[in-house]
Amino acid sequence: MTRDEITSGLAEILEEVAGVNPDDVAEEKSFTDDLDVDSLSMVEVVVAAEEKFGVKIPDNEVQNLKSVGDAVTYIESNL
Amino acid sequence: MSRTDVVVTGLGATTPLGGDVASTWDAMLAGRSGVGPLTQEWAGQLSVRIAAQLAVEPSEKIDRVKLRRLDRSEAIALIAAHEAWADAGLADTGLDPERLGVSIGSGIGGATTLLAQDDILEASGPRRVSPHTVPMLMPNGPAAWVGLELGAQAGVHSVASACATGAEAIALGLDMIRAGRADVVVAGGTEAVIHPLPIAGFASMRAMSTRNDDPERASRPWDKGRDGFVLGEGAGVVVLERADHAAARGARVYARLAGAGLTSDGYDIVQPHPEGRGAIRAIAKAIADAGIAKGDIVHVNAHATSTPVGDVAEIYALHAALGDHPVITATKSMTGHLLGAAGALESIASILAIRDSVVPPTINLDDPDDKLDMDVAAHKARPLDIPAVLNNSFGFGGHNVALVFTRA
Repeated sequence: MTRDEITSGLAEILEEVAGVNPDDVAEEKSFTDDLDVDSLSMVEVVVAAEEKFGVKIPDNEVQNLKSVGDAVTYIESNL
Repeated sequence: MSRTDVVVTGLGATTPLGGDVASTWDAMLAGRSGVGPLTQEWAGQLSVRIAAQLAVEPSEKIDRVKLRRLDRSEAIALIAAHEAWADAGLADTGLDPERLGVSIGSGIGGATTLLAQDDILEASGPRRVSPHTVPMLMPNGPAAWVGLELGAQAGVHSVASACATGAEAIALGLDMIRAGRADVVVAGGTEAVIHPLPIAGFASMRAMSTRNDDPERASRPWDKGRDGFVLGEGAGVVVLERADHAAARGARVYARLAGAGLTSDGYDIVQPHPEGRGAIRAIAKAIADAGIAKGDIVHVNAHATSTPVGDVAEIYALHAALGDHPVITATKSMTGHLLGAAGALESIASILAIRDSVVPPTINLDDPDDKLDMDVAAHKARPLDIPAVLNNSFGFGGHNVALVFTRA
């Protein structure tokens, strides 16, 4: 799975969970500052991403996932 | 010291009869029933397969992403509160948020959220339980959301007294303004528990109508053929305002909330006192609080839920407290029983009855109970000049709340 494919998968989740426009989702975007994803929605995003990509994202990892790119990197290296 | 006058300056509702106050009131005056069959798959296993479901789904007013984090009872409280707020014309009037309060209760709270998340817990494990679960199921959730969206900072309260909740929440709003804690209070009730578990629970008590083959005739207060209440869902909200505050801004005033009477039976967890003692005292207190005579009450919006015992007990109480002169009605014949929202919706009906000089009908009263010896606006709305109206609400737990509205 390419980074672009992971990004677009995350964009689908972000649209479903938090109403983020998929066109706004890019690797350099911050979940909280740019995409307006609050802490409770972030929990939903993480759980949905685990299901979609078949990875485990432990709670102590989540705080390191500031940007979409951080999440893509984590998912890519744990696939 | 003269007492603070409190008036009603805004109304909002979403009910089985309509998505707002105007459509709900029109349907009431036309004598329409909001009761229909439950067509959900889960309904097949139940002895009760009818309910009064919302006429307009919340998804028509609130976007999908926001709805994900709202229990249905919260979503409809927000819809009703925003309508009432807009109706009162208070936006951009410079109202100090620290003088704005909220008092909105629910009889049962976020039960459908609790049950849906329990299904997820059982099927998929604890990690799949939504992080929105707690704020969705907490019983103060509807009041908190309304307070959040209106920026209310004088206090956000959520009373719970089963089927008296909506009326008690309005009574608390009255107290808040009289006590000087707020100038404006957004007050009412909300309920949305059309789900197999609450229905099964009420059905096990033999409290609900099982007239499944004739839904529109199932809610029939005071009729000999009544066999229990019909569960309804919805929300009703009123804007209460200190009278001089409303006058100073030239607000349109619907009515005065002149008095409230609250008592408790101390008798049984679900049965009302057989002589209606608690109800009689609540009515007497509300009339005394309003500073009027019992003869001034010309119309009563009764609690009358269509149960065999309760409907008649209320008639005894009305006789004892008022005599036999008022024209009474049971709008639950059309809306079903909205539990924690009932007292709020029926307050709105009472207020509009004053405004329009009309008593909304009691439908399905085809064969009146022999013990019904009061004048009911049966079948059709009845024109009537209404200087003062009484609205009764009684709840499991022995809660009795009577509200008196008068013409402003």
